[in-house]
Amino acid sequence: MNVFDTLIIGGGVIGTSIARELSRYKLRIGVVEKEEELAFGVSKSNSGIIHPGTQNAAHSLKGRLCVQGNILTRKICRELGVDFKEVGELIIAFEEKERTRLLRLKEEAEALGVPGLKIVNSAWLRENEPNLGDKAVAALYAPTAGVVSPYRLVYDLSENAKKNGAKFYTMTKVEKIAPRGACFEVYTSKGVFRTRYLINAAGLFADEISKMAGVDDFKIRPRKGEEFLLDKKREHITDHLLFPLPSKTSKGILIITTSDGNPMIGPTAEEIDDKEDLSTTDAGLKKVLAAAQRMVPSISEDDIIAYFAGLRPVAGDDFIIRHEDKVPGFINVAGIQSPGLTAAPSIALLVVDILKREGLALKRKLIFKGHRERTIHLFDIPLAKTERFIKKDASYGDIVCRCEMVSAKEARDAIRRGARTLDGIKFRTRAQAGRCHGTFCTTRLLKILSEETERPLKKITKRGPESEIIKETRTDD
Amino acid sequence: MIERDLVIVGGGPAGMAAAIAAHENGVEDILLLERDHCLGGILNQCIHTGFGIEYFKEVLTGPEYAHRFIEKIRSAPQIEVSLRSFVVRLEEDKRLFFIKPGVLENVKARALIMATGCREKTREMIHIAGTRPSGIFSAGLAQKLINIEGLLPGRKAVIAGSGDIGLIMARRFMLEGAEVKAVIEIQKETRGLLRNVVQCVEDFDIPVYFNHRISKIYGKERVEKISAVRVDGDFNDIPGAEIEFECDTVLISVGLIPENELIEMAGVRMDKKTNSPVSKELNRTSIPGLFVCGNSFKVYDIVDSVSRDSVIAGRLAAEYLRALR
Repeated sequence: MNVFDTLIIGGGVIGTSIARELSRYKLRIGVVEKEEELAFGVSKSNSGIIHPGTQNAAHSLKGRLCVQGNILTRKICRELGVDFKEVGELIIAFEEKERTRLLRLKEEAEALGVPGLKIVNSAWLRENEPNLGDKAVAALYAPTAGVVSPYRLVYDLSENAKKNGAKFYTMTKVEKIAPRGACFEVYTSKGVFRTRYLINAAGLFADEISKMAGVDDFKIRPRKGEEFLLDKKREHITDHLLFPLPSKTSKGILIITTSDGNPMIGPTAEEIDDKEDLSTTDAGLKKVLAAAQRMVPSISEDDIIAYFAGLRPVAGDDFIIRHEDKVPGFINVAGIQSPGLTAAPSIALLVVDILKREGLALKRKLIFKGHRERTIHLFDIPLAKTERFIKKDASYGDIVCRCEMVSAKEARDAIRRGARTLDGIKFRTRAQAGRCHGTFCTTRLLKILSEETERPLKKITKRGPESEIIKETRTDD
Repeated sequence: MIERDLVIVGGGPAGMAAAIAAHENGVEDILLLERDHCLGGILNQCIHTGFGIEYFKEVLTGPEYAHRFIEKIRSAPQIEVSLRSFVVRLEEDKRLFFIKPGVLENVKARALIMATGCREKTREMIHIAGTRPSGIFSAGLAQKLINIEGLLPGRKAVIAGSGDIGLIMARRFMLEGAEVKAVIEIQKETRGLLRNVVQCVEDFDIPVYFNHRISKIYGKERVEKISAVRVDGDFNDIPGAEIEFECDTVLISVGLIPENELIEMAGVRMDKKTNSPVSKELNRTSIPGLFVCGNSFKVYDIVDSVSRDSVIAGRLAAEYLRALR
């Protein structure tokens, strides 16, 4: 049996952030994830915004964790070699009467400690955000907003945690939780795990896990968001993250440029019942396009090269992060919707504090290897550097994905670092994420994945069991 | 940096015809760059017949058609072929950078012909709603998987669009023992060649739904079903007329887009709607000495026309080089 001091359920950004933070200490740490790869749940459809802390209620837990997380994320990105681009955000008012709301947002954010806020007028907007529609009258400018690649952050966090001793188990679905003495026995699709402390970071399924552990007092309500990605050619359409004034349930439909350079418009916010409904709709597209064009009129439907939907795991207005006294040793980290990605590092620190308070002995390791060598992506390095890499390893010159310029070497490295599916390669390298949508590189990637993982082509999947690509091969009987 | 008289990017039918024509018109230093491991481009995966009727007055398969050009190129030592060579940057003065395993090269072309072909429109470009499971392929990718790799990507397919590749793939699926449930075409008539409609669809009794569009794709991990709706003359949905098809595969064949991101990078004046160069004259662009031919200049119906017009690009490049001297 696998025995741990702390077992984390859920391999998204919250689970991996906690695992990495705990890996500084002499502990046996495990992470179980039901999907074939990490970040395949809520995290994969995150937009990647590192929020400054605006648009949170003044005394909310998530507001406090977000402001702190914005600072911590920068350090973590430096340590792990993840790109963090500080681009700043503008919350835009389109009518004079909305100005007072901007002022209120500014006051609320200042109370939370968000730095550098200022109200900018239409002249400033025209100069600094020239594609913005001319109806914009003023905006709240928050300079500390940034973007990261949410999935690459998860992969790099997990890799670093692994290097420091944490163990990750994918395709491991929790089926039952039973107390045994001072421990828990966690029954999964891959056997039984025993642990003293159990941390529930199961995203959309956190309510079900909590119920298994004996705490049945909250419900996760999925709130769907549809997002639409634009061609990289439109990379410079905006310089900042653009927000309209927020509504009750969401921050509204935004225009951002993702860390990979694709502008993205969305998301919608729709309460649904099905935790697996990731479909996009004609209505969603219409709504998002209209809202985005209100801010930047030159955005066209033809710019769209990809779209997807994600589900925010909502459990009331605020995050639920607490030790459940009714079930000693069980910690819920639930309802982590926006700004969960930003707050992840401060959530991890808070969880460490809770564990300490609940009696976990935290002894620092003599050596914590906190740094990780930056992953090489040909698309974001100058040609002179590319030339050096090609000289060192010829397969950097073997281009697999032509739209995003990804080499065979990068694809193989991604697999060696944990990718097991086509989507896993896409999230790590961007191969298949460009304008041709994998038409030209899928064949090659199938073969590389099959070679590296020693699985037959028929077993290669898009994102896990049952999403196989090939139905029959010539050598079939 | 090396200087070359003529660099041609793309070793498909357009690039090969242009190279041969330039050589026949007196150009003696030609570099032909191809990113795949062999010449021929998309012809290699087009194992059906119907090629060459106009150009050679013969009925050939795609690989046979390509082979005629490949032989000519092989016999001309003035044409240097560089395979697995991927152009990563093109500048306004016709300087280009390409990489291949182990090397990054920097070449200045006195004259340049871009013959980079086209790509297929994707499901995303026509905004089909629904889920994103496996089993959604562009028709060309399915063709490559079956004809080159010997891999069957599905057993029950619905084809979106009646472009030629889609029609040909309908037949290909049937010949492999797979089922084709329907071809769904938003226009009131087919976009493909008549012979393909007859030989690939009608002969196999595959139902074609004109004035219909796929409204939604269902399935969590793999495609399970699609729904289609009837549309009116302005492509608006007619409510209540929804049909469903159970299938494990959706092939997308809704048109082609010239692949011109490199010339756009170099600052060639572009028509944003068609993604092709703005030009009053065949094969010319806003940059003198930079020519575009074949499907990257405009999307052609048949390869014979690509060859015919690309010969002119080779000639234009030869004339341009003569005028330089």
